[in-house]
Amino acid sequence: MFRRSHAGLAVLAAAGALVGCTSTAAPSNAGGAAGGPITVTAADTACELGAAEAPAGTISFTINNTGTKVTEFYLYGAGDRIMGEAENIGPGLTRQMIVEVPDGGTYTTVCKPGMVGDGIRTAFTVTGSATRSVNDSAKLAEATAGYQRYTASQIEALVPRAQEFVDAVKQGDVAAAKALFPVSRTYWERIEPVAESFGDIDPKIDGREDDERAPGVGFTGYHRLERDLWGTGLQPDSAAVADQLMVDIKDLQTRVATVELTPVQLANGAKELLDEVATGKITGEENRYSHTDLWDFEANVAGSQAAVAALRPVIDEKDPTLGPTLDARFTAVDQLLDGYRAGDGFRLYTELTPDDIRKMTAAVDALGEPVSQVAGVVTS
Amino acid sequence: MIRLSRRRLFGAVGAGAALAGVGAVAACSTATAAAEAVVPFRGEHQAGIVTAAQDRLHFVALDLLTSDRAQVTALLKKWTAAAERMTAGAEATPGGAVNLNPEAPPTDTGEALGLPAASLTLTFGLGAGFFDKLGLAAQKPPGLAELPTFTGDRIDPAISGGDLCVQACADDPQVAVHAVRNLVRMGFGTTEVRWSQLGFGRTSSTSTAQATPRNLFGFKDGTNNLKAEDTAALRDQLWVQPGDGPAWLDGGSYLVARRIRMHVEIWDRTSLTEQETIVGRSKGEGAALGKAAEFDLADFATTAIDKDAHIRLASAQALGGVRILRRGYNFVDGSDGRGHLDAGLFFLAFMRDPQRQFVPMQRALANNDRLMEYVEHTGSGVFAVPAGLAGGAYWGQGLLET
Repeated sequence: MFRRSHAGLAVLAAAGALVGCTSTAAPSNAGGAAGGPITVTAADTACELGAAEAPAGTISFTINNTGTKVTEFYLYGAGDRIMGEAENIGPGLTRQMIVEVPDGGTYTTVCKPGMVGDGIRTAFTVTGSATRSVNDSAKLAEATAGYQRYTASQIEALVPRAQEFVDAVKQGDVAAAKALFPVSRTYWERIEPVAESFGDIDPKIDGREDDERAPGVGFTGYHRLERDLWGTGLQPDSAAVADQLMVDIKDLQTRVATVELTPVQLANGAKELLDEVATGKITGEENRYSHTDLWDFEANVAGSQAAVAALRPVIDEKDPTLGPTLDARFTAVDQLLDGYRAGDGFRLYTELTPDDIRKMTAAVDALGEPVSQVAGVVTS
Repeated sequence: MIRLSRRRLFGAVGAGAALAGVGAVAACSTATAAAEAVVPFRGEHQAGIVTAAQDRLHFVALDLLTSDRAQVTALLKKWTAAAERMTAGAEATPGGAVNLNPEAPPTDTGEALGLPAASLTLTFGLGAGFFDKLGLAAQKPPGLAELPTFTGDRIDPAISGGDLCVQACADDPQVAVHAVRNLVRMGFGTTEVRWSQLGFGRTSSTSTAQATPRNLFGFKDGTNNLKAEDTAALRDQLWVQPGDGPAWLDGGSYLVARRIRMHVEIWDRTSLTEQETIVGRSKGEGAALGKAAEFDLADFATTAIDKDAHIRLASAQALGGVRILRRGYNFVDGSDGRGHLDAGLFFLAFMRDPQRQFVPMQRALANNDRLMEYVEHTGSGVFAVPAGLAGGAYWGQGLLET
């Protein structure tokens, strides 16, 4: 949750329906890849594709998780711009991903067993180019549409992971709930500026104990359950609070489908996620009972990177020097965070030294400056 | 002397010799307020050393985050351009505060809009780490050798050292802070602030035209300082001479910074006689004990000046002729949480060789000066300060393009 109340992303006209998530959209095949969907065999340590190239246009993948971990599959453009993604593929499951790739070039396919890290990467070539408008507004429209697909995919993953967390709370399984808390928050934290645009939802889902509330409005959401789990012990109304969290998240899911973002909002969202890191995560403020701030840190940065990556074609056209700087600075933050991984997650905030925190601050400052330039560049 | 303000600079045309490279100088105002004074950025030596000491200070020490020489060079070029603009009373970048793309964050932070140049000087220095991180060990000047630990030192590493420093002095504190803030911002990703210090009032005069100010012990400080007018002494004691070390530092100097916490509450319980005995000067006039006027030469042959008096221990006579150019500032960094002010003197001094000048002086003081009962040194740094810049040159060019 953003501590300062300035609006994040304003909600525009609620009319435009969001493009469905690529992983579940019905195949609206308009000249798809010859030879049908490309098979992806996603194991715990390998990611094999049935083809290493495809013609520009609509490309279909069929992902088969043969491993033991939940996996994800992505097609990345330059700067890890997400062209398409299939998330939360359980062991033994098969999913379809259909993605529009209008430009030829070198792309990267990624399987992410366990849903963490950089994943198993393979170069993927797209040949030729599909017909489309190349003017600015078309590129910007594509950028916002791409980011909206990302938002939808995160919400789609958030709902089941939040449900697992909520179920554990309701069953009184404190250990399981504690383990699921930072994981389910990850999907929320990646898209928080969008959620923040609904002024009434963010305080309910992510408010803090000491926030000022209208009379009769209680402390609910993730941090209320965090306090119960780590601080006071589960309370008589913890189950009800858990149910309410699920109601609020599903409300968010419904409403996000109506959001239309402008490129400037997208760019500012990327910046605000880093502001969040600087003021809420590096300080240990947000997760004051669980100290799982580095999970949120990583998710905020990933969300920022996704928003920047969506805008990348426009950035590259207008300021060729900014993209490589952004790449280098995002990589530096990722590498720094990698040093704090522990098991499937991260070390606790309370285990960090002042020197660790100083290094994180420097890395986020270094990234925040070029990210703050994106809005100006895309509107120049 | 050229006087202009940021506001007047907008739309101004013409060029002035003192501002070569800035490219725009407004017509001189009829007003002659000192606040509007501009100190030339370029010249034989860097400004901010023998420049008549301004009233306010913001000092910052930074660390390099990279060992990429090209990245550092690019930043130093950017810093130089911004520094030259700001010392002329302009924004850090043309139109940077409010005249660029409104969807982008302004490239100048804006708090100095409408303020005059206020004699802003930005003085640039290099710490030992700069040479180590950039593979320039062979060019590291000998004067950057680490200072010894002196008796009574309580040095906090967090407010000591640094790979780079910028000393911003101005007659308006907001102008000095604006300059440091904008340079720091440009450095994100290449440099990070290691520590920074504000000074609210000068404690030294560097010109015979200036009155001697007082430190927080209430005494005039720097009466016998090196002054801009002592050309021969400056050559012998202040400016690095050919043969002293690597040639790129010729015409430069060294800066020693010491954050000296003063226990002013304890000092204030000391009798006037005791205070004057400890310092060796009268508190009112500032005359050496046994003399009548501030600038009467002290007579160290008499017993009027105690054998451990501060001015005796720090005198050139006691130190084999060694002198330094002091340019320190009073500070109060809030309070210490135990009911006392966190106050003191941020000692800044320029000299030709710290090992030969500062070290013996500080050793003598640390071991014998009764003032040490009332102070502790909490921060420390030594920086090599390159010579001034010719037209078109950038900070550090002489070193980086050696």
